[in-house]
Amino acid sequence: MNVRCGTAHLSSLRHFHLQGSMLTTDFTPIAALSGGTLIGLATVALMAFHGRIAGMTGILTGLLPPISADWGWRASFIGGAIAGPMLLTLAFGHDVTFASPIPDLWLVIGGLIVGVGVYFGSGCTSGHGVCGLARLSPRSIVATLIFMGTTAATVFVVRHLIGGL
Amino acid sequence: MLRIVTAAAIGITFGIGIAISGMANPAKVLNFFDIAGTWDASLGLVMASALAVAAIGYRFVLKRPRPVFETRFHLPANRALDVPLVAGSAIFGIGWGITGFCPGGAIPALGLGEPSAWIFVGAMLAGIAAARTVRFALQQRATQNT
Repeated sequence: MNVRCGTAHLSSLRHFHLQGSMLTTDFTPIAALSGGTLIGLATVALMAFHGRIAGMTGILTGLLPPISADWGWRASFIGGAIAGPMLLTLAFGHDVTFASPIPDLWLVIGGLIVGVGVYFGSGCTSGHGVCGLARLSPRSIVATLIFMGTTAATVFVVRHLIGGL
Repeated sequence: MLRIVTAAAIGITFGIGIAISGMANPAKVLNFFDIAGTWDASLGLVMASALAVAAIGYRFVLKRPRPVFETRFHLPANRALDVPLVAGSAIFGIGWGITGFCPGGAIPALGLGEPSAWIFVGAMLAGIAAARTVRFALQQRATQNT
């Protein structure tokens, strides 16, 4: 099994440990709550200033051909979302733990599946799971319940029935 | 110009939030869903706190007559609980469960310089583009037939 792990600084392995083919991760409540708060603030700010749902699927789709006329703020938001973690690790020296236990072939297959799913489902974790639930949108409540369910089911099948990819 | 700078600042905030929270880390995401195995509850707190802030913030923001840079709020008009919504969401979950990457987690992960994030995002964009082409073709055929 192809296990790749590392931090952006390659300096610390303290947050995860290899146990056979399973990767355990530490429960990080403070990081989770502070990161989640920032995600929420960005969501509110995009609505307050641009009147837009902070959904990664919708924002990205407008940047693919036929490119939408309002591509400026979209490209700018995406650029910022990529630059944010770069700033965090390179400028502020913050360690961001990262580990992807999935072989490349499955990343490609899974990526295609995610792309098709979020396009027809009109959204993903950010658009439905945060913005939509915050508005109590019935579509988003249904979508979130379904994708959380199929994700958990897939992880169960992959890890406990197949025994890993 | 101001709206471009503002959008970038909001994107940076979003990206830093995702990176700090652990949503950009596939191992952590997969463990959140692995209740029967190496469970890590962190992501529940990420979604709960993001949702709480968004729900409170939206209450104030959406009461205003309009956003700062636009003439109106662009909220989804479709209210139907239809087949594409249900099937698409189910399909998305399968891909998320295989990879541990969702779109909002994978884009900031690009900024960590992780090759797996680039491979995933390339495939995901191809998937979105393919699905869009199929939908446009189906719509065109439907309008030609009527």
